[in-house]
Amino acid sequence: MATIGLKNLRHSYMPKPLAPEDYALKEIDLEWQDGGAYALLGPSGCGKSTLLNIISGLVTPSEGRIEFDGHDVTALPPDQRNIAQVFQFPVIYDTMTVYDNLAFPLRNRGVGKAEIDARVREITAMLELDDMLTRRASGLPPDAKQKISMGRGLVRNDVNVIMFDEPLTVIDPHLKWKLRSKLKELHHKVRATMIYVTHDQTEALTFADQVVVMDDGVIVQIGTPVDLFERPAHTFVGHFIGSPGMNVIPCQIENGRAVVDGVPVATENAPGEKSGRMEVGVRPEFVTLAAEGIPARIIRVADTGRHRIVETELSGVKVHAVIGEGASIPEGSAHLAFDPARTRVYADGWLVGGSH
Amino acid sequence: MATKTHNERAWWFVLPVVLLVAFNALVPLMTVVNYSVQESFSQGVWFWSGVDWFEDTLNSSRFQAALGRQLMFTGVILAIEIPLGIAIALTMPKSGPWVPVCLVLMALPLLIPWNVVGAMWNIFALPDIGLLGYTVNALGIDYDYTQQPISAWITVIAMDVWHWTSLVVLLAYAGLASIPDAYYQAAKIDGAGRWAVFRHIELPKMNRVLTIAILLRFMDSFMIYTEPFVLTGGGPGNSTTFLSIDLVKKALGEFDLGPAAAMSLIYFLITLLVSWLFYTLMTRQEEG
Amino acid sequence: MTLELRNVTKRVGVDMHIHDTSLTLASSGFNILLGATNAGKTTLIKMMAGLERPTSGEIWFNGQNVTGISPQKRNISLVHQFFVNYPSMSVYDNIASPLRVARVGRKEIERRVGEAAELLRLTPYLKRRPAELSGGQQQRTALARAIVKDSGLVLLDEPLANLDYKLREELRDQLPGLFAGRGAIVVYATSEPSEALMLGGHTATVMAGMVTQFGETGTIYRAPQDVATAQVFSDPPINLTKAIKRGGEIDLGTTRLKASGPIATRPDGPYTLGIRPHFVTSAAQSPDAAPISGVVQVTELTGAESIAHFEMGGSIWVAQSPGVHAYAIGEHHEFWVDPAGCIFFDAQGALVAA
Repeated sequence: MATIGLKNLRHSYMPKPLAPEDYALKEIDLEWQDGGAYALLGPSGCGKSTLLNIISGLVTPSEGRIEFDGHDVTALPPDQRNIAQVFQFPVIYDTMTVYDNLAFPLRNRGVGKAEIDARVREITAMLELDDMLTRRASGLPPDAKQKISMGRGLVRNDVNVIMFDEPLTVIDPHLKWKLRSKLKELHHKVRATMIYVTHDQTEALTFADQVVVMDDGVIVQIGTPVDLFERPAHTFVGHFIGSPGMNVIPCQIENGRAVVDGVPVATENAPGEKSGRMEVGVRPEFVTLAAEGIPARIIRVADTGRHRIVETELSGVKVHAVIGEGASIPEGSAHLAFDPARTRVYADGWLVGGSH
Repeated sequence: MATKTHNERAWWFVLPVVLLVAFNALVPLMTVVNYSVQESFSQGVWFWSGVDWFEDTLNSSRFQAALGRQLMFTGVILAIEIPLGIAIALTMPKSGPWVPVCLVLMALPLLIPWNVVGAMWNIFALPDIGLLGYTVNALGIDYDYTQQPISAWITVIAMDVWHWTSLVVLLAYAGLASIPDAYYQAAKIDGAGRWAVFRHIELPKMNRVLTIAILLRFMDSFMIYTEPFVLTGGGPGNSTTFLSIDLVKKALGEFDLGPAAAMSLIYFLITLLVSWLFYTLMTRQEEG
Repeated sequence: MTLELRNVTKRVGVDMHIHDTSLTLASSGFNILLGATNAGKTTLIKMMAGLERPTSGEIWFNGQNVTGISPQKRNISLVHQFFVNYPSMSVYDNIASPLRVARVGRKEIERRVGEAAELLRLTPYLKRRPAELSGGQQQRTALARAIVKDSGLVLLDEPLANLDYKLREELRDQLPGLFAGRGAIVVYATSEPSEALMLGGHTATVMAGMVTQFGETGTIYRAPQDVATAQVFSDPPINLTKAIKRGGEIDLGTTRLKASGPIATRPDGPYTLGIRPHFVTSAAQSPDAAPISGVVQVTELTGAESIAHFEMGGSIWVAQSPGVHAYAIGEHHEFWVDPAGCIFFDAQGALVAA
């Protein structure tokens, strides 16, 4: 296992990139600790797959370096990096049994027979594949096949990192949570550095200790699931995580206070001076319908069973509020109140007073 | 779940095809069956002969020799064309501007009619004036397909390989093109060598198309007629007289309708049986 | 407008795919078919469309027997889980295609396509081919085609299943508005209970080829008529446990709850108790909440909520708490059960009180 360092990485698929828009990855600089569980989270096209392919060596970055334990591996091909990767669709060797599929990477590396047997049996027991060792892998259901793909990475003890590229795409919805939690459990057992790439917030937050949220080739926040939910560093993170996402409402700055539609709004961070596009961000969970506050028009009420999501509109902006089962919801119009401890000011998308 | 719209009227749409197949295949086949169990001495006079013709045919050394030559020919061309086709497909580029060029070049021989192929090689391989025949002889190799059985065989096989390997290449290439990149990437990561990639990824993924390629090449080569007929006429001697050539000789040349009918039925059954064997063996391997 | 299934069954070989089903669907709001993969939702939709013929029973549309009439002869729209568009046509031509088939005039086509494109925010992409669009845009094109057609029956078979999470949320919010006031009967198949709740309307819960209940979505969710319906309509899975009512108390074996609400007036004795995961939480949600505890096995974080699967008394329970919590796997943890969320079933699994 290894510490992974990404130093000033930039990548463009164009031969001569000029403007920042030409880069699929704009400027990535981060370090991943040995044995950690990380997730790369973002919408399709945000650059997360490019980053993954750079780490595995399938793509060479335009600029910057990748280091495993301080050694520069930027120029090494995938097979010399000692990494394992699980793809979106299960990759299995059709002609082989489950056992041989898992033994394959070890045999290719000349590992002794007894050691292969011990490793394969250990990992298949962990993955609950031990009752199908002699079966042909080609006839198995997708979840078993995907477990085999994972197993081929786990059997090797020389891997620096195991990477998962949206591994649950082809898994039946009712089996997804089982595999999701299985992965988490495996990480606890083997303590290998694992990187999980996905667009699904539940998968990312469930799996990872640290989540890297990406948008448009840029890392917008790195943090624990609690950080991402409670203190989004960027309006994108607030919107992307949570359902419905964080409300982002344009505001004015008057006398050092945020003002929405003429009503002053108390915020957790000091708004400071106006700099660029100013917005107030507050999660629907922390919006209440009150007697006083910002006047809004109620458009729709959706019942989620646990609570109701009230969709309101204030001067052209949609604001969601999550209201408990018992509370009454007025018709037509209402006043919105935001929890001051959970309401923050953002400038050009970034949290004012944040580390950015 | 099966997707099926139930509508009894749909049967009427099938009717024309049923009638066509009946006239096209069943009626002639039944005529052949009819001939094969009767004997005619003169026009319009028929006698019941039972399975005599079948026994005669199976026991005749002429039939056995033709069948032997036929099996030999099919075996040899399959053994050459399938591996050669796969090898060429593997060396073809997977993407880029050369892909259409390669595909068109590969498809060219397939576009030439059988009799033209035979005529081309007939001239091409002539020892005195043909480019190939002349060159080979000039190199000091004694080669004359009109006189030596070995030369005739080599020429017939070379001609078939030239004409039909492309078909295997195109099918194998289609199979290779359908393998997702993730498989190659996974193999790299697993540390698999070139041979292992071929053995465990490419070959299994080509399984289906190769089954089709082998079946097509088997059936086609087993019934080959035009090209060797145009090239060698079955000679020298009987050395390249394959089953179909023998059959035509018998039926049209000697007008032995009964034995010829029996022979063609046996021929038909062998083709059917071997095709079925190939198919079940190859698909079972896939499932197991 | 109504669509009626009258004692419809579907058998393929020896397998019963749909057991005797009768349903009457109306054009007010969505009609949701909710069930797990392979429960029979797609088979029901195909029979409604006329793509499959029922083994027995009849399908009536607006007082007319349409059993066995091919989809081409009926005015139907069908949107699939996979993005089905004509690859060689532009988005405009894709949306216009059903109108061209119906020989609608050019001016009218232009107007209706423009309107649908505006509604689905496709106007900037009308000249593009489907392959140049994102998944969400491709599915919106398919939906636009369903909308311009003005069909009497719109069948949506898990249309959002293959979309990215955020896109799914966005399109789901838009859907009810798109079809409102068009007078069409909209049938929407989904495997996600939350989607059914958000879309509202009426829901039919489908399990193993059977419709277990049909009615107003909120009612079915809050008062499922049997255990099967409660199971279909719960994600994460509903907690089911045996309980005995003794006077003013419900004894779960592991804890005791106050018998309040409708159950207070029911006779004492054994019941099957269903408690949805969001009534089992890390912090007490009401003064009546009773503590239970178990060993945490699995945890999941959805963003705004944390889910814990824990073992108690030999069975697995699921707790769903607001906010982000870090549970230590393998450790004992205390949870609180809110009696307000209890649904009582009798020994046969039929609803007693909710």
